[in-house]
Amino acid sequence: MSIGETIRNSQIWRSIFRHPAPTDRRNRAVVVLTNFFLHLHPVSAKKGGIELSYTWCMGGVTFFLFLVEALTGVLLMFYYRPTLEWAFTDIRALRDVTTLGIMREIHRWGAHAMVITVWLHMYRVFLTGSYKPPREFNWVIGVILLVLTLLLSFTGYLLPWDQLAIWAITVGSNMARAHPFLGHEGPGFQLLNVGGYDLITNASDARFLLLGARNVGEETLNRFYILHCVAVPIVISLLIAIHFWRVRKDGGISQPL
Amino acid sequence: MHSHPDLTHGVIHGLGWLYSLLLLANVGWTLRSYKRDGEFESVLGFQHIPKATIWAFYSAFLLLLAVTHLTSSSDPSQFLIRLPDWFKTIVDYIFSDARIYFGLSMVAFVAMLWKRDFLSTDTVGWVMFNLACLFLAISLTDYDFRQIVGKPDNVPIVGMLFLVGYFTWLYFKKAGDNDRRMAEGRPLAEKELKDEVLVWPDLVYSEMVCMLLLSALLIVWGVLLQAPLEEPGSAVKTPNPSKAPWYFLGLQEMLVYFDPWLAGIVLPLMIMQGLMAIPYIDFNKKGNGYYCYNDRKFSVITFLLGFLPLWVGMIVLGTFVRGPNWNMFGLYEFWDVHKLEVLNNVNLSEYFWVRWLGMPLPSVNSAAPFWEQALQIFKREGLGILLTLGYLMILPHLMALTVLRKFYIRMGVIRYMVLANLILFMALLPIKMVLRWAFSLKYIVAIPEWFFNI
Repeated sequence: MSIGETIRNSQIWRSIFRHPAPTDRRNRAVVVLTNFFLHLHPVSAKKGGIELSYTWCMGGVTFFLFLVEALTGVLLMFYYRPTLEWAFTDIRALRDVTTLGIMREIHRWGAHAMVITVWLHMYRVFLTGSYKPPREFNWVIGVILLVLTLLLSFTGYLLPWDQLAIWAITVGSNMARAHPFLGHEGPGFQLLNVGGYDLITNASDARFLLLGARNVGEETLNRFYILHCVAVPIVISLLIAIHFWRVRKDGGISQPL
Repeated sequence: MHSHPDLTHGVIHGLGWLYSLLLLANVGWTLRSYKRDGEFESVLGFQHIPKATIWAFYSAFLLLLAVTHLTSSSDPSQFLIRLPDWFKTIVDYIFSDARIYFGLSMVAFVAMLWKRDFLSTDTVGWVMFNLACLFLAISLTDYDFRQIVGKPDNVPIVGMLFLVGYFTWLYFKKAGDNDRRMAEGRPLAEKELKDEVLVWPDLVYSEMVCMLLLSALLIVWGVLLQAPLEEPGSAVKTPNPSKAPWYFLGLQEMLVYFDPWLAGIVLPLMIMQGLMAIPYIDFNKKGNGYYCYNDRKFSVITFLLGFLPLWVGMIVLGTFVRGPNWNMFGLYEFWDVHKLEVLNNVNLSEYFWVRWLGMPLPSVNSAAPFWEQALQIFKREGLGILLTLGYLMILPHLMALTVLRKFYIRMGVIRYMVLANLILFMALLPIKMVLRWAFSLKYIVAIPEWFFNI
């Protein structure tokens, strides 16, 4: 008996993988059905549906990049402190002295790449008409995922706390100041007042809600950190799960009828 | 002007490696062409000349370029392979004027649709790829171009442009193929591959290869290019220009034409709603699950228009062209903080009252009660308000009776109204751009008293 066979026949291995090696047709089906990760897939698919030049693989790439972001993000969280005192110096130390500081590079480039691949995934889904019935609702979830991806990237942009970060967030969040009715420089905010006192001021409008302060400051850093590392990832994970589940329930990868 | 040298030894050698990569790709292409493209009938009387000869000559040219760059040891200022000034002048001229930039991008867009069969052949695709690479390479000999394209956060955008270009090309290739198949009554390309295959190994292995390649790419990218880290953030030192993250620069570009409440809130929300509404307003049953163009021209053209010139095109503009004071700078132009651009934009109400009627603008008494003030404002801005209301409320009905009649009949009132409003909102941007360029129009409706400007 070879070593490989010994391992395969051991109780430990068989407790994890409850079937022989996927070398014949039956076990190649069983491996997909019984493995938690692989069971995202159907057992079989149409050849045209899984062809790279048809799918462009961009949805899968986006998901993989999300996993990379989660992994590198958790590693960065061990190191980074979201306070005015430490945020910038921690990132600079990641660049200059920290072992495996390259995690920050991978995290940032992965984030940019994820934004791009999400667009390309949407591009492909549109161009193949894959949003058409019965996949309408999954397209809607996809649009929400696109927005959440941009939100993830946007909230992460602030965390290095350098000039690039705080001014990009300042420019971006200034828009909320002009929110109709809910921004203190937006049309119609005057209508929301009680006895002549404005309800919407620079300390109570949509921008304040986003920043936690009148300007981008320590409160903002904390708020964006929580959004970036906890709140948005939880929501996006849930929606990704639904997105994948619906792909299967709506008939798998789209193909001509 | 600045005194930085355009070329350094580092740049020249880097370009040498870039040309070497392009050479490698073209050697491969030459072999492919030798196998597939056949021969010319006769060239200057010679028979049996393979078409690949052209690519062989081109590869030899690239080899020379690469060797010249890699072995250059003389003074970089004497290095001859660099951008000619006339080329810089032309490109700067195109990119520093929004009218020319958008005009040409629309021309390119129409040409892409019109000549799609020609453009989506393999050879033309390869030629376009090479031209793009050569343009990038020769442009990198310019200091100002390197400053802006070489910014770490801008590098992914260059990559994105290549990817978007490639996938658009691939779409037209596959759609054109299917369109011809349908015209000839042959089955769709996708249908020819309808055999069921097992996901293990046919899919999981390509997924694994994909993951490995991506991991390698990210690590190499991370090693070669350091993530940006500027000076510590300071609320008092405002950079000029201050830019949002790159994927929002299309929205920031809209700020040139609209106030923040529209450009930053209403229009982005309309984009999101519009995207979500697509499956519910596209009643066309054809083109579900395969590439095609002829069967769904309207939806494809609308989407491509929104994605290519209006989204990606504006990101390019916002990233590479918008400089200090949000002025436009050519790709090879120094970002001069003191560049002056005369902004003399006029509101529609001023056109109406002052220029056409020859009267002063009606005044608005800010101390007056709300309704009195509203009446005064309406008097001043009445024309713009009526135009806007007419655009959003009457135009859809007129279109239902004329150009979009077929849509209206097939879609029913609600779906049609959603579609018409989305199209009109999407058209707002080009309309406002053209009005700005043609008449220096600032606002159609200008009510700064209420922060309500359109």
